[in-house]
Amino acid sequence: MHPIVTLVAQRLALGILLLFAASVLIFAGTTMLPGDVAQQILGQGATPESLANLRAELGLNDPPVARYFNWLGGVLQGDLGTALTNGRDIAESIGGRLKNTMFLAFWAAVVSVPLALFLGLLAVRYKDKWPDKLISAVTLTTISIPEFMLGYILMYWLAVKLRWFPSVAILNDSMSLLEKLNAIAIPVIVLTLVVLAHMMRMTRAAILNVMQSAYIETAELKGLGMLKIIRTHAFPNAVAPIVNVVMINMAYLVVGVVVVEVVFAYPGMGQYLVDHVTKRDVPVVQAVGLIFAAVYIGLNLVADIVSIITNPRLRHPK
Amino acid sequence: MTEPLLKVRGLKIGATIYPPGEKSRDIEIVHGVDFDLEAGKVLGLIGESGAGKSTIGLAALSYGRGGVELTGGEVWLNGRDILKSRMADKRSLRGGEVTYVSQSAAASFNPAKRIMEQVTEAAISHGKFTKKEAEERAVGLFEKLGLPDPENIGSRYPHQVSGGQLQRCMTALALCPQPDLVVFDEPTTALDVTTQIDVLKAIKTAIRDTGVAALYITHDLAVVAQVSDHIMVLQQGAMVEYGSVDQIINAPKEEYTQALVSVRSIKHVEKEPGQTPLLKVEGITARYSGTNFDVLKDIDVELHAGQTLAVVGESGSGKSTLARVITGLLPPSEGTLTFDGRTLTPDLATRPLDDLRELQMIYQMADTAMNPRQTVGTIIGRPLEFYFGLKGKEKQKRIQQLLDEIELGEGFQDRYPAELSGGQKQRVCIARALAAKPKLIICDEVTSALDPLVADGILKLLLRLQKVEDVAYLFITHDLATVKAIADSIAVMFQGKIVRYGPKSQVLAPPFDDYTDLLLSSVPEMRIGWLEETIATRKMEAAGN
Repeated sequence: MHPIVTLVAQRLALGILLLFAASVLIFAGTTMLPGDVAQQILGQGATPESLANLRAELGLNDPPVARYFNWLGGVLQGDLGTALTNGRDIAESIGGRLKNTMFLAFWAAVVSVPLALFLGLLAVRYKDKWPDKLISAVTLTTISIPEFMLGYILMYWLAVKLRWFPSVAILNDSMSLLEKLNAIAIPVIVLTLVVLAHMMRMTRAAILNVMQSAYIETAELKGLGMLKIIRTHAFPNAVAPIVNVVMINMAYLVVGVVVVEVVFAYPGMGQYLVDHVTKRDVPVVQAVGLIFAAVYIGLNLVADIVSIITNPRLRHPK
Repeated sequence: MTEPLLKVRGLKIGATIYPPGEKSRDIEIVHGVDFDLEAGKVLGLIGESGAGKSTIGLAALSYGRGGVELTGGEVWLNGRDILKSRMADKRSLRGGEVTYVSQSAAASFNPAKRIMEQVTEAAISHGKFTKKEAEERAVGLFEKLGLPDPENIGSRYPHQVSGGQLQRCMTALALCPQPDLVVFDEPTTALDVTTQIDVLKAIKTAIRDTGVAALYITHDLAVVAQVSDHIMVLQQGAMVEYGSVDQIINAPKEEYTQALVSVRSIKHVEKEPGQTPLLKVEGITARYSGTNFDVLKDIDVELHAGQTLAVVGESGSGKSTLARVITGLLPPSEGTLTFDGRTLTPDLATRPLDDLRELQMIYQMADTAMNPRQTVGTIIGRPLEFYFGLKGKEKQKRIQQLLDEIELGEGFQDRYPAELSGGQKQRVCIARALAAKPKLIICDEVTSALDPLVADGILKLLLRLQKVEDVAYLFITHDLATVKAIADSIAVMFQGKIVRYGPKSQVLAPPFDDYTDLLLSSVPEMRIGWLEETIATRKMEAAGN
């Protein structure tokens, strides 16, 4: 078999193993939380009998290992359980919200990734000259400002003063794509500003590292132009580290948007998670945690596989 | 007389250096060099490292490597001064009129692109040929350069061909745009000696058949004598001597050139072996963990006190692995080591302190073998403390003694490695090994990274120290001239086995086995016509060239 297939299969297996490990951690962590779920649901005035009944009903008397496999079995069949607070099916409630989070993350990525790569290339082209310094200064400033702060500042200027975009990002199914994009414009800008610096700096560093190579000198001595050298000789060799940092930031766009979603009252996963953490709704926290873990592991898996595939030594063995 | 292709007048090249802790300052690397090169002729540029050879070569492309700047003078190519050209004009010149072949093809090819794409890139981007024409030219060049499967080799990636093959591909890359001038910068220096001879022949044939002019840069006078019409000898950025190949190698005028020509002429009389050997290697077989391939196969050698055993072979022959086994870094899978009458344990960690002390090692890269943040005094003082518990005045005195022995004298104790030249660094490493009062020093390619004259000095020092200290050397090298200069007995290694072993006089006397013959005949000799003669008469061809 081609060694690449073996390597990729190994990575996939490792990813699945990691996901199981994450599920154990999530379950153990939420189980160890102080407090009694039955008590939480029924309130302080509950009788011992009704508490005992509810515990039996929820399976809280079973040993933790049995409860874990019970939960895992359900998850594998697509059953994430029911929310304690409102008794609704978690998978159903998450569905729409996950779609919204993905929608926001997708558009933030569509804007930020090409912009970061372009700015990174530009910074390399004008290394140590004013465009490079300007790009670094601006992106580092925006990453240094807390994202809720950025959110409120942009809201004040773009929504309140200039009235270009709405200040809250509320979506519904009757909106057209353009209306939806208009609604999420400010959160997308905030997220872009937050992830831009990291990706742009890594792109710059990865390409500069490659630019030290002897084969870049060869390309220069072939009389090629600087931009062509960066594009055709340096970039292909810098893909692996760049993809890595892009994937980490994409994962952040999905998982780390909690604050931004809350600021803009956006109906996504983050909002949902925060609501249910405050209500100690353990099954919901577990389900959301598992989905976030899957996104993180999945995207990093993609980065690993891309770096394997872009390595010519692995792709074309001797 | 017609105008020469390349006319260099008063060329000055400078750079800005940034010494740590000091203000940056400008230095001059090349101090006004003049020469002409006629179309279709080959000029050899020769000198030691730091002589400015590569810098001058790159000036023909109006290019300064790193922070190097072309500060003065004129470089006329095809009737115009290219130092005054505009950037766009320089670009059309590079890769079009003038091309460059670097020392390390492995580093100079982009690992992510196929060979054909890289070989034809310059020719296509300068509009000299269409893609189809350029590829046809490339295949023709691959064939002329003796590459296997010339039709298809271009579709491979650089890591899929051997070092010698890649160096030929680099030559094809340089010739593909049909340039007027090619700058060859040490194109065979990184290759094994048996591979070098074939690549050299290929380059020579290609130069002759295409009628291109060339600047051939090397530190090896014997190599440049095979391919050049004229030779220019450089020292510290200035010309020492210029003349025809015949004049330079047979009747050098300047003292420096004479020294270069007569380098490697140390006479060493072989010593008779004593009664019992100091080191006995018996039936050693070894492999690296995680592999199923024996790097060493059933090795038997002996070394007598106060003598030198040279282990010679090409890269990959297993000679450095032998050193690792003897020092205990790589426990062998079979065989025994006897040292001074006692058996050495296979693993370094279980050896008594005296075994460690009596067996020292010197490495090829003196640079990386020393801690850059320790002074010479600390570096040499460490074994004195560790093995003999010396302290204070006593230690200082011994350090100075050792420094005197390696001919460095006072004032070196407080210097850092970065403040030493390459030869001085290697001397400090020798002193560090001697500080342990060893009976055996393993020298792993200790002169390979040094310029010929400096290497000569190190060899002379080692021979003198052997007399004074009665220390034995296990001398690992790929360089047969070094072997002739220093060895009492020789072991020739090939693919993990010893193919020839005995006293120097026997090993270097015919009849030879095929491999030893190939190895010996591949060492360039300083006479015109050696290359063709050797290619015609040798018995075996190098593998993997």
